[in-house]
Amino acid sequence: MDFGLSEDQLLLEQTVRGFLADQVAIERVRDQRQKAGSKSCPNDRAIWSQLAELGIAGIVVPEEQGGSGLGLLDAVIVSQALGHAVTPTPFLATAVMAPTALEAVGGKLAEDWLAGIASGELVVGVAVTELFSVREDAGVRLRPGRQDGKLDGKAIMALDAFGADRLLVALDATTLALVDASAPGLEKTRLLTVDATRCTAELSFDGVDPLAVFEGAGAAIARMLEAGRIALAADTLGACESMVEQAVAYAKDRKQFDRVIGSFQAVKHMCAEMIAEVEPARSLLWYAAHAFDGVPDESPWMSCHALAHIAEIGREIASVSTQVHGGIGWTDEQNLHFWFKRIANARHLLGGPELLRARAADLQGLVPAA
Amino acid sequence: MDLEFDARYDAFREQVREFLAHNKPGGAIGMAEGRAEHRIQWLSLLIEHGYWARTIPKEYGGYGAEPDLLETVIMDEEFNKAGVPRGMMAQGPSMLVPTLLTHGSEEQRERWIAPTMRGEVMWCQGYSEPGSGSDLASLQTAAREDGDDFLINGQKIWTSGADQSDMCFILVRTEPDAKKHEGISYILLPMDTPGIEVQPLRTMSGDIGDNSFNQVLFSDVRVPKANVVGARGEGWKIANTTLKHERSSLNANAEGTWMRLARLMKKETINGVPAIASPVYRDRLMRLQARALSMKHHGMRMLTCNLKGESSGVAGLIVKLQNCQLSFDMSALAIDVMGELGALYDHTKYERERGYWQAHSMFSLGLIIGGGTAQIQKNIIAERGLGLPREPKPAKA
Ligand SMILES: Cc1cc2nc3c(=O)[nH]c(=O)nc-3n(C[C@H](O)[C@H](O)[C@H](O)COP(=O)(O)OP(=O)(O)OC[C@H]3O[C@@H](n4cnc5c(N)ncnc54)[C@H](O)[C@@H]3O)c2cc1C
Repeated sequence: MDFGLSEDQLLLEQTVRGFLADQVAIERVRDQRQKAGSKSCPNDRAIWSQLAELGIAGIVVPEEQGGSGLGLLDAVIVSQALGHAVTPTPFLATAVMAPTALEAVGGKLAEDWLAGIASGELVVGVAVTELFSVREDAGVRLRPGRQDGKLDGKAIMALDAFGADRLLVALDATTLALVDASAPGLEKTRLLTVDATRCTAELSFDGVDPLAVFEGAGAAIARMLEAGRIALAADTLGACESMVEQAVAYAKDRKQFDRVIGSFQAVKHMCAEMIAEVEPARSLLWYAAHAFDGVPDESPWMSCHALAHIAEIGREIASVSTQVHGGIGWTDEQNLHFWFKRIANARHLLGGPELLRARAADLQGLVPAA
Repeated sequence: MDLEFDARYDAFREQVREFLAHNKPGGAIGMAEGRAEHRIQWLSLLIEHGYWARTIPKEYGGYGAEPDLLETVIMDEEFNKAGVPRGMMAQGPSMLVPTLLTHGSEEQRERWIAPTMRGEVMWCQGYSEPGSGSDLASLQTAAREDGDDFLINGQKIWTSGADQSDMCFILVRTEPDAKKHEGISYILLPMDTPGIEVQPLRTMSGDIGDNSFNQVLFSDVRVPKANVVGARGEGWKIANTTLKHERSSLNANAEGTWMRLARLMKKETINGVPAIASPVYRDRLMRLQARALSMKHHGMRMLTCNLKGESSGVAGLIVKLQNCQLSFDMSALAIDVMGELGALYDHTKYERERGYWQAHSMFSLGLIIGGGTAQIQKNIIAERGLGLPREPKPAKA
């Protein structure tokens, strides 16, 4: 029995964190925010290419398609590192969610996409929000009454979709459409959130021809959501880790009343409470990732728990870490807000905590029939 | 990540099951009640088969096996499943014995370990005093030299089980002129020595007995110097070994408690609807499940660190804080689910589960305080775990 990361996984963690520390200092994230503005995709395509060279884009893509063929726990390590460095990349949609679904549906087209993802050439966005939370009448449907298979409607908060080359669109819980992002009739609008490090968009479809539509893809869609939830939880946890580190470092440095503030018990206890939440959450996350690959019965609800729980501790840590910093924590210049906002935006992306817990209860048979 | 047990453990598990199938006692084994003869028999049988005192050397009355954490996990799992206690959760086996194994003299080990493990000798922990709780090292109970003996004078308090104990491992000040932490000795004291007066205190949960709480007064209590464990003045260091064992023995079975809570919520109805059907209560249940699962898997992670002989660092320091609070929060939901009936106690007509959840709630609160309060845990996490500076000492007036 061994509950923890393997040697290889520790090495992967070291490699990715080392790369991000060298290449994606917070100044680069600031520049990227500036460059992207409100009209282009905030993801850093140059960094993404370099990550692809490290095998990160294809981390869960099977080796036959040029990927690394690793498991979800490995992807979690990467996702955590990306959250820790608040790096803007399409990792969640392109490297975790899309490959999970594509591998499950299979076939030539899916394999081509997988190969493109692994090489870093293809960025794939996913539109899944309407599966768990329909707002503004959103939803993408096959045009009714006619059999030409065109898509109409809209998807909101589609992940990594604005700058994507291809799109995976869930029409309902069992139907998945593969769409070329430059198809006629498709319009992409960036939806700007507080978080400048994640790409979310609205996709409107007006008679768009999909490249393929997979019906009976319920399992593929469910697995895609599970993997996405676990990876997003990892992203938030990574951001939390950084916020705790920054708070502790600041508390050791900043002086008031002729003492470093970290010698005040109120500050100490804020730090202790944060780390006391982070450590068990990491254990939960590791198990959820392990369950995704090794205990598939538990994975559907374990993934909900991992994301909901980490979203909850994330909100608290984001607030407390900022408080440890005092006024400077509230400035743009200090940069701490990049982490705060990354955590805040992620909270509802693949189902907010309340929705996820309701789902986790349902999946465990804890909701009695009315 | 590999959560399977090595195949060589299958045989061991089988052997444990076999033992339980043949030896599982018919009635309940009251592990806590007095010096009941059947408890001693049960513990002796367990030792003989190596399910209790497993790694304690044979010469001290143990089974003498090599330490193997996975065997421990398997034994715990199987005994839990069978609903049979694997040994005795008490201060003697969980705190004194490990201390003697590390710091005791040969004679002390030979004399005390075996009867303690068999449940023949019951121990209490005499640390806290009215003026010294969190700041334990400030303790004042004095042991004055008198020939080959010490004479103890002073008072201990919050002494669990003192009224039912044969022995006390006690911290006393033997070197009045030494510095605070260097003047303390760790002594083994028979509770029937003249001059000891035990005054039971009723606890908030109303218990006298099982969770007994006492104050203990000492006037000219004579104890031989040979009863000091380790060297004179080293008591503080030695006590810290004991405290470490106390904290690691607090790994509550969070998942088990959560399942019991979920069962209650399926059964308990409000306006004819089971509590679990209410989205509001159910959401709270699910939040607790995530926390319970976190602590369960965190326990596996800590176990892995132990197996590999690695330090668990700050991840290990947070366990007592989190488990005790989680335990309290689970009983809080149970009580809320029962609504106005949740406060019933003393086995009245509408009481649920014989008042289990109120008792559990109050007991958990005691655990949050005892063995180092939550606030002290946070100090330890921040200072030892995160390297934040210690509280500056106030300047002496
Ligand atoms: C169920 C139970 C069983 C027990 N069993 C035993 C036993 O068998 N033997 C024994 O010797 N003792 C026992 N105790 C005593 C226990 O160890 C003490 O109660 C505990 O260490 C706290 O000490 P105190 O009660 O003096 O509280 P205090 O130390 O006076 O604490 C009061 C409050 O002040 C806070 N506080 C104190 N110092 C600090 C600080 N430095 N920073 C921040 N906050 C601080 C505490 O956290 C607490 O909130 C038991 C207690 C309980 C509740």
